[in-house]
Amino acid sequence: MLRNTLERAEKAKKKKAALGEDIDFENFEGEEAGEHEEIESLKDLSDKNKKSLLKVGVDASETGRAGSFLQIDQSKVCSNCKSEAIELMGLQQAIKKYDWVKDYMWNAVPVDTDKYTAKTALGEPGGYFIRSLPNTKEVFPIQACMFIGDEKVAQTAHNIIIAEENSELHIITGCSTGDDVQSAMHVGVSEFYLKKGAKITFTMVHNWAEQVEVRPRTGVILNDDTTYISNYILTSPVNTIQTYPTAYCQGENSKVVFQSILGGQKDSILDAGSRAILTGKNSSAEMITRAVSKDESQIYTRGHLAGKSPDVRGHLECMGLVLSDDSLIYSVPELEGSSTDLELSHEAAVGKIAEEEVLYLMSRGLTEDEAASMIVKGFLSMDIAGLPPELAAETKKMIDQSIQGM
Amino acid sequence: MVVRLLLEITDLAVEVSGKEILSDIDLYIDKGETHVLLGPNGSGKSTLFMSMLGFPKYKVIRGEILFKGEDITNMTTTERVQLGLGVSFQNPPAIRGVKLKDLLNIESSKNGTKPVSEELSPETVALADKLKFSDQFLERDVNLGFSGGEVKRSEILQLLAQKPDFIMFDEPDSGVDIENVELLAEEINVLLDKDKKPGLREKSGLLITHLGYILNFVGANTAHVLMDGKIACSGDPTEILEDIRKEGFKGCVQCCGIH
Repeated sequence: MLRNTLERAEKAKKKKAALGEDIDFENFEGEEAGEHEEIESLKDLSDKNKKSLLKVGVDASETGRAGSFLQIDQSKVCSNCKSEAIELMGLQQAIKKYDWVKDYMWNAVPVDTDKYTAKTALGEPGGYFIRSLPNTKEVFPIQACMFIGDEKVAQTAHNIIIAEENSELHIITGCSTGDDVQSAMHVGVSEFYLKKGAKITFTMVHNWAEQVEVRPRTGVILNDDTTYISNYILTSPVNTIQTYPTAYCQGENSKVVFQSILGGQKDSILDAGSRAILTGKNSSAEMITRAVSKDESQIYTRGHLAGKSPDVRGHLECMGLVLSDDSLIYSVPELEGSSTDLELSHEAAVGKIAEEEVLYLMSRGLTEDEAASMIVKGFLSMDIAGLPPELAAETKKMIDQSIQGM
Repeated sequence: MVVRLLLEITDLAVEVSGKEILSDIDLYIDKGETHVLLGPNGSGKSTLFMSMLGFPKYKVIRGEILFKGEDITNMTTTERVQLGLGVSFQNPPAIRGVKLKDLLNIESSKNGTKPVSEELSPETVALADKLKFSDQFLERDVNLGFSGGEVKRSEILQLLAQKPDFIMFDEPDSGVDIENVELLAEEINVLLDKDKKPGLREKSGLLITHLGYILNFVGANTAHVLMDGKIACSGDPTEILEDIRKEGFKGCVQCCGIH
């Protein structure tokens, strides 16, 4: 089985991804990247790094967090967990601790998806293992951070997240680069497994340097009566991002929600989609994207709803504001219905700031620029549903902070 | 003699998309006065407001608008508002993600009564309460899903935070139930210094109303009837309204001609 996996990875080593610019690993340093020392707690980080982490919602004081995980380049620098409901460790550690961990690997994300998954399987990736124990509900989130500290590093991570039966798990992840880093690469494979009755919320903020290439690969497998909520926020410049998380709603009454806030700046190319394969009876999916393009940025927002069983429902919504002539928003919604009695819908609108709204605010004394900025921030600050109250407030703060620069 | 003149519109003509909508408009409003603008649908009442606000679609092709002695004809909307113009819209747009609370905060900071902050001033909180808005309501996106009455009350609340010197009210009573019309009128009277003696009033207003119901609660000095983009007649509000009720707009204007 493992040999088979490696063979498949080997064959996919040069397989270009279906979407996004092809990135050459040769331009980056992989596992030979410099090692970083392990620390007890994020409190031991330098003030500079603490600040970078805070920008992506990772609080070095660790207050209000169930646990913290930090990977710098390829090194696991910190992993601590206060909660008795959750197991948190590096993936390599988990593989050593539990025989069964490898049975989960590469089920939600096929290993031969493309060269990025293949590279992750064939190398020695970092990454975390998070598991919420059966019948537990930890209201505080685990915070995880993927940090690139050195120039030209190609960071790889393989994350396995398991929510056991009837458990509830909240995760905040922030990805960021050190102040001196300009060019780097990040490949993160994340596999989520939700057992019967489980719920996971996963809120991710990206804040990369301007020449970073980002290729996350995410798969989510949902069993009966499960809920998975993903919130993705990216508003800072980056070179290219291509991501297309896929949720497999296999269980009866399983439900997935993808919410994305995308702000394109400078010459960033953001290609972000979400896909839901609805095979479970009465399963449902909701996808909401708000995108704003500035400068010379290009934003591709994709959504794919595949209804393959009766009584499934899905809705896809994408709203975009194009703020400059040199930028672009390309919205690609796809609906695929292959069963009776299902309901799939989409609504997409790409346009400019409504002049009527600008004039309304100007009639209250705001300048034209102040009015436009207020409208754009309002447009991006969508209400995130499904989080516990403390986390909702925290997430709201993260969003407000992220959209300040737009 | 003390200058009381606040707004002077002389020989104003305005076109929209190349079509002349308003012409020969002369309108003088003193400090402390409230004027009423009447007229059938499409006669140009709202167009006059938009022109006074300097909305780009409304091009002044002749004439001028002086406010506080300054020529504002070519100023931006923001500049006019910062000089003291205010407006309550009939159908304001909803703005997603912009909370009524945030807007009130900016409005009350713009006139220097309070610094910009996250929290509303106690004064604004009290005003909101008086206009029957709960704390939760203030957290809502401005005008999004507001009922007709809520829109009007929110417009008046924003003006109370803003404290303009000259206010245009575009049908502040349409779609509002009787009980709330009285509540709105009370605050409109505050905005227009009606609680002060006539000689001490500093604020002025121009009010568009269809039914004139609000005039039972807000006293007006003069009424103007707009017909086909021109002021066809001006005079005592009670008499003019009476005429319109009996004779219709056309009949009323004919009477005016005789005067």
